Amino acid sequence: MPAARRRLTPALRHFYKSDAVFVKANKRFIVTIVPTQKALSQLEADAPHSLVVRFGADRPLKMDAGVDLGPLQIAYQTYGTLNPAKSNAILICHALTGDQHVASTHPITGKPGWWEVMIGPGKPIDTDRYFVIASNVVGGCMGTTGPASTNPATGRAFGLDLPLVTIRDMVRAQAMLIDHLGIESLFAVIGGSMGGMQVLQWAASYPERVFAAMPIATAAKHSSQNIAFHEVGRQAVMADPEWHNGRYLDAGDIPTKGLAVARMAAHITYLSQEALQRKFGRKFQDRAAPTFSFDADFQIENYLRYQGTSFVDRFDANSYLYVTRACDYFDLAEDYGGSLAAAFKGTKTRFCVVSFDSDWLYPTSASRAIVHALNAAAASVSFVEINTDRGHDAFLLNVPEFFATTRGFLDAAARARGIAPAAKG
Amino acid sequence: MLSQTARIDLLVVADMVAPKSRVLDVGCGDGTLLRLLAEERGVDARGIELSQSGVNDCVAKGLSVIQGDADTDLADYPDDAFDYVILSQTLQATRRPRAVLEHMLRIGRHAIVSFPNFGHWRIRAQIALAGRMPVTKSLSASWYETPNIHFCTIRDFIGLVDEIGAKTERSIALDHQGRPLRVGAPWWVLNLIGDQAVFELSRRN
Repeated sequence: MPAARRRLTPALRHFYKSDAVFVKANKRFIVTIVPTQKALSQLEADAPHSLVVRFGADRPLKMDAGVDLGPLQIAYQTYGTLNPAKSNAILICHALTGDQHVASTHPITGKPGWWEVMIGPGKPIDTDRYFVIASNVVGGCMGTTGPASTNPATGRAFGLDLPLVTIRDMVRAQAMLIDHLGIESLFAVIGGSMGGMQVLQWAASYPERVFAAMPIATAAKHSSQNIAFHEVGRQAVMADPEWHNGRYLDAGDIPTKGLAVARMAAHITYLSQEALQRKFGRKFQDRAAPTFSFDADFQIENYLRYQGTSFVDRFDANSYLYVTRACDYFDLAEDYGGSLAAAFKGTKTRFCVVSFDSDWLYPTSASRAIVHALNAAAASVSFVEINTDRGHDAFLLNVPEFFATTRGFLDAAARARGIAPAAKG
Repeated sequence: MLSQTARIDLLVVADMVAPKSRVLDVGCGDGTLLRLLAEERGVDARGIELSQSGVNDCVAKGLSVIQGDADTDLADYPDDAFDYVILSQTLQATRRPRAVLEHMLRIGRHAIVSFPNFGHWRIRAQIALAGRMPVTKSLSASWYETPNIHFCTIRDFIGLVDEIGAKTERSIALDHQGRPLRVGAPWWVLNLIGDQAVFELSRRN
């Protein structure tokens, strides 16, 4: 059987592996081309490997930008079983570049869920006991409406035509999902970093629907430094000529270089100085001496380049602009006359605030500001600063003290709510 | 269960707390007293504890406890947030005992303070006869490693209460096992034979 190979044009190579194989069979050509991870991620935006709920234009998302967004698609995953009283549901809010695959294999990278250390049978967030829900945020790129989704009005990707998204918009959309699932009140809302902002917004916007809240490694507002780092990332994306003012999908390009640089810069902020030094120091990458070139001589350079290039395979560049912006705009106190305590006035929610002492992105002082406000609001609040050298990323890692805190807090809250213990297997 | 194993001095403190009230325990350790109050008196129990392990123990018991420092973090609580603010065996370890006491009486309507009595005759004897800083069963650390930097006697404490204009509602001296001394003796006697003391204070309006 005769087969022919053709090399693809550079633009197409973003979406398909470099060879197209033509096979002639029964007087017809069959073309086999293998999509790249990037192409898969583009598909993921519209038709995700997830549960999906669609809200028609008659039930739009009322956005802070003053726009009604509809139709709206929300992609989500669930783990465990909702009990008959519907009292054991935990909503997990993901961070900047996270997604709904908290404890299931990522459909593009094939890697385990990003919080499998925390969530699963017998884990601190025990799926034998709790019903865990995780959805992709509005503005994301894993199946919930975002800039890479197809705009039904034009048939093209939204790109920058999507209104700017806020943390509150993300939470409103999650509330629509929770309504759709028929759950009146959540047992707990848990999240780190940008996920923690959503937790705080949930507690402020829907206090009666949140029994327990766990904001982790987060802040009630973005600091000037936080905004500055995000702006560097966005400028890196927008400086890439392949960004095409946000219309790169129409042009068949992907601003991979800009997005990779954005990820590299951001990744530094997720690690502590000590951890970087311990892990990489000044060690060379597969060589004994400098090459007197701009090669990745140092292991840290190689590591960051890997972080950058692997990120662009799974994440949409415009989506990165939207989610970073959402964090920058977040200032919970501002919605309540400048008083963070007013945001939590009269709350019955039980809070457990967690920070990590080597996290310089959302430092302990930011968590303490939340705790002070909750104290001033006479809320029930616990606060733990976990000692670790692993920086902001610690909330994603295996940190035993952090797990003990989470397990203890949830166990006690579950007792108070009358949730049955997990059946012993 | 708990009340049988709890330290007797904690029971004395717990006895001063009205049921169903709001309580903040400053330096709550592993939460033994808070749990006692929550389970046996239906108290809304909150705590502050410096050590991470202590906070973790408390959170695991379902108590609302904040990792923090009595010297710096009491300032963040609003006025009249609690019915009782308790400082159990911690006053002598604070950097500014007077400020801590004043904050306690600002945050809570009542303050309950228990502390080791440095005026006990055994301690006086160690300084007077041996010429050395006292080391006793309940105060077992040497001078160079003790966290207790502001010791006082019962008489000193009464002086501080007067100075900050607070009112003593109740006061009890305890023996070395934490049992109340049931003798109708004047304070200068209790200052000699009391191993520790518990005071309930309120604001003088």
